[in-house]
Amino acid sequence: MDKLSKENKEYLIKRNTNEYEVVIGLEVHAQVLSESKLFSTSPTKFGSEPNTQVSLVDAAFPGMLPVINEFCIKQAIKTGIGLNAKINKKSIFDRKNYFYADLPQGYQISQYKNPIVGEGTVTLDLPNGEKKIGIERLHLEQDAGKSIHDIDPNNTLVDLNRSGVALMEIVSKPDLRSLDEVNSYIKKLRSIMRYLGTCDGNMQEGSLRADVNVSVRKKGSKEFGTRCEIKNVNSIKFMQMAIDYEANRQVDIIEEGGSIDQETRLFDTKKNETRSMRSKEDAHDYRYFPDPDLLPLELDENFINNIKKNIPELPDEKKKRFIEKFKLSPYEANILVSDIDTSKYFEEVSKNSDVKLATNWITGELFALLNEKNLEITESPISSKNLSKLINLIKKGTISGKIAKTIFELMSDGDKDPEKIVEEKGLKQQSDPKELEKIINKIISENPKNVELYKSGKDKLFGFFVGQVMKSSGGKANPQLVNEILKKKLN
Amino acid sequence: MSNIIDLKLFELVEKIKKKEISSTEVTKAFIDRSQKSKKLNSYITENFENALQKAKQFDEKPDFNKKLPGVPLAVKDLFCTKNIRTTAGSKILENFIPTYESTVTQNILNEGGIIIGKLNCDEFAMGSSNETSFFGNVQNPISENLVPGGSSGGSSSALAAKLTPATIGTDTGGSIRQPASFTGTVGLKPTYGSCSRYGIVAFASSLDQAGPMTQNVKDCALMLEVISSYDNKDSTSVDFKRGQYLKDLNENIKGKKIGIPKQYRVDGMPKEIDELWKKGMKIIEDNGGEIIEINLPNTNYALPTYYIVAPAEASSNLARYDGVKYGFRSKGENLIDMYEKTRSEGFGDEVKRRIMIGTYVLSSGYYDAYYLKAQKVRRLIKNDFDQAYKKVDAILTPSTPSSAFKIGEKTNDPVSMYLNDIFTVPINLAGLPAISIPAGHDKSGYPLGLQVIGKAFDEQNILNIAYSIEKNINFKNNINDWWIN
Repeated sequence: MDKLSKENKEYLIKRNTNEYEVVIGLEVHAQVLSESKLFSTSPTKFGSEPNTQVSLVDAAFPGMLPVINEFCIKQAIKTGIGLNAKINKKSIFDRKNYFYADLPQGYQISQYKNPIVGEGTVTLDLPNGEKKIGIERLHLEQDAGKSIHDIDPNNTLVDLNRSGVALMEIVSKPDLRSLDEVNSYIKKLRSIMRYLGTCDGNMQEGSLRADVNVSVRKKGSKEFGTRCEIKNVNSIKFMQMAIDYEANRQVDIIEEGGSIDQETRLFDTKKNETRSMRSKEDAHDYRYFPDPDLLPLELDENFINNIKKNIPELPDEKKKRFIEKFKLSPYEANILVSDIDTSKYFEEVSKNSDVKLATNWITGELFALLNEKNLEITESPISSKNLSKLINLIKKGTISGKIAKTIFELMSDGDKDPEKIVEEKGLKQQSDPKELEKIINKIISENPKNVELYKSGKDKLFGFFVGQVMKSSGGKANPQLVNEILKKKLN
Repeated sequence: MSNIIDLKLFELVEKIKKKEISSTEVTKAFIDRSQKSKKLNSYITENFENALQKAKQFDEKPDFNKKLPGVPLAVKDLFCTKNIRTTAGSKILENFIPTYESTVTQNILNEGGIIIGKLNCDEFAMGSSNETSFFGNVQNPISENLVPGGSSGGSSSALAAKLTPATIGTDTGGSIRQPASFTGTVGLKPTYGSCSRYGIVAFASSLDQAGPMTQNVKDCALMLEVISSYDNKDSTSVDFKRGQYLKDLNENIKGKKIGIPKQYRVDGMPKEIDELWKKGMKIIEDNGGEIIEINLPNTNYALPTYYIVAPAEASSNLARYDGVKYGFRSKGENLIDMYEKTRSEGFGDEVKRRIMIGTYVLSSGYYDAYYLKAQKVRRLIKNDFDQAYKKVDAILTPSTPSSAFKIGEKTNDPVSMYLNDIFTVPINLAGLPAISIPAGHDKSGYPLGLQVIGKAFDEQNILNIAYSIEKNINFKNNINDWWIN
């Protein structure tokens, strides 16, 4: 994976004297966060016993009819708004016809020519700036069931729990150019949907999968190369591996004077290679046509506006606000907004304490702690309330930054209140000038030689006096005050 | 007291309400006659014992506020009925027993109706003679070896033979009106969206509509009142205010403007049908209605349009019968082999023909030329009616271009079979309501029907016009019970 660049530099594949640019487009399948399925009232709970979340509609019994779940429509519109996209007032559900054992109707209800959401954009935050990625469309469709081939040696088993679950297919324009951009794009999509509560973005549970379109072209060329589609890749890492393999495969073919066949390929995660699944000639003829069981979906302005009114602040706006209001750097803001739970935590902490300190403590100590314990921020052992208390103790001068780190460690064991720790352990900072003066006077009188040397010009000895005072106070003396008083006494 | 089976539906209801007869007596009478009439092959599944039990239960605890208090009814086997086998006339559903009830049959049950059996029909309602049923031909009680029409052929046969006091069918291109016309009975296809399609085995979703089949117009109004309802389980169900069709039934058609489309005068139409049509016009004029010639210029394209749209939808609707989840399954080497064998053995020829047509017209490269164009023509056909209804209140046409034909006469000529629907198909394409009423006989004594077509959701109006024609035309079915020894 030597071609994986860590920075946002060009991702180019070099062969001989030629440089190839990689053009990537993604079709992301995001499971709509909803209690019930797109066209039936069955629940959508993940991990249930096989075939327990299935209605007569999902199993396509004779005479059963789909009825649109309004909530899923709202979720798609919300997502469309989050992608800065056009919401189409009229959209149509079509039937995509093909036979498979886990497709009970013999067709998937999807949207073909008239999707619910049209063109939009997603802004990527890359190390050297922003990049806008075009969104072609977002449409709603049903998920299929699951065929299980490895339980019974003689039969394929079918689990229809997923059958009919609502998916949003989000199709990007071929605007992505590197593996880092793919990573950033998926994370941004996920972040937006999690802010909106329209998809939980859980890739392990298959809530977010993607078909990846890859083509290559000589650097500088304006024409797109022939693309291959890699089906159903379910993690960012696998997407990157698949793209890298596929792009190199294509370059090798071109370099050997061959040409790329437009085809659908599968990524084998064990062998780290893509394999042909079917060629363009073998492509399914899905015989799309408007589903006569469903009327065209017509949305009125009010319906859309009501949803718009209730859109929460999204990562891009939040980032802007953090930069303007809290004077955070774009880098800091990015880190804090990219995950909705982190941003919530940050806002809770900073609401009651110093913003700069909150930023540093969350991105520094807290992230390190979470990383070490492999925890999500929602599972943080230190609550936002107690972290803001700790920050306030620092800000007020009750404790020093150094002591704070000790307290932070103690807090992580059962979310202890930092104020109580300070009290119990007597860690309060010495900030009474009279008390400090007493200590300082004692140190000065005990070290007459060093006082003389200092006065004769050995400035470096100032540090010695500070150290002695701190030691004598058990580390609790307010360092700023110590400095001030010492300077007065010695000069 | 006259024979129970000779009573009209509304008379039965009255007599039960007046406690002159019991539900059990009525149910027994129709079951007895059904049992004597096996030769007609009207039934696919009998539910006699269960029905008698239900009748007994009704008599023990009667509710006379119901619209069909303890009235036995047999229904077309396209309606899913809970715990009663539902086959759609196909081998592929030969042993399918639904765990659910269609909305239309539920409405019947809710009004006190009792299901005595499931009636034969063309396989998946694809046919005009009931000859495509896996469960065999149905005899028309009018004459031996005459088809009862289709696809609701079991329904029309059972109704005309008085095996059931009324019934329901489904009409995708004429499947209620044509068999009604062939058997001298009344059949109404409501406006698309009037009766829920929930639980009806789908043929062509944008055209399918359930409707009543009865002995007379008054019964038809009663049945429509029972079965029509808004249903949120069917997205194409329309939430309009349903009429009190029976209460508001009125033969006064004074001032009604009735359109006569010149395009319905087709070549080779028997003289009797033209005369029948004229007779209908005269009755309307005699009763104060006005006859106005109208233009439905795209009528000629209706049949080809229908035979693209309906098979296209059917090819997709029937994809679910794949042997995986329920119904007939044939053994195969692998999944594809199992599909192929299951569907080859499970479907009959006409169904396969339509699946192939439908698959073809939806295929990439052909979609625009066939399916898309057909949808455009469909819109033009609807526009024709919209234009006409600016001038008229309803339209009068013959129901069919001929009377019932012999069993086997057209089975080898699908196109001639399809031509049977020439007067009924445009109405389905436009989503309008239409009623067929018996109006006369041809030279062989076979019944002929007239069709009254209405504006969308204007069922009351066509019922009233039909009622007026019925009162004046004095039609009498000549049925001599030839099938009973």
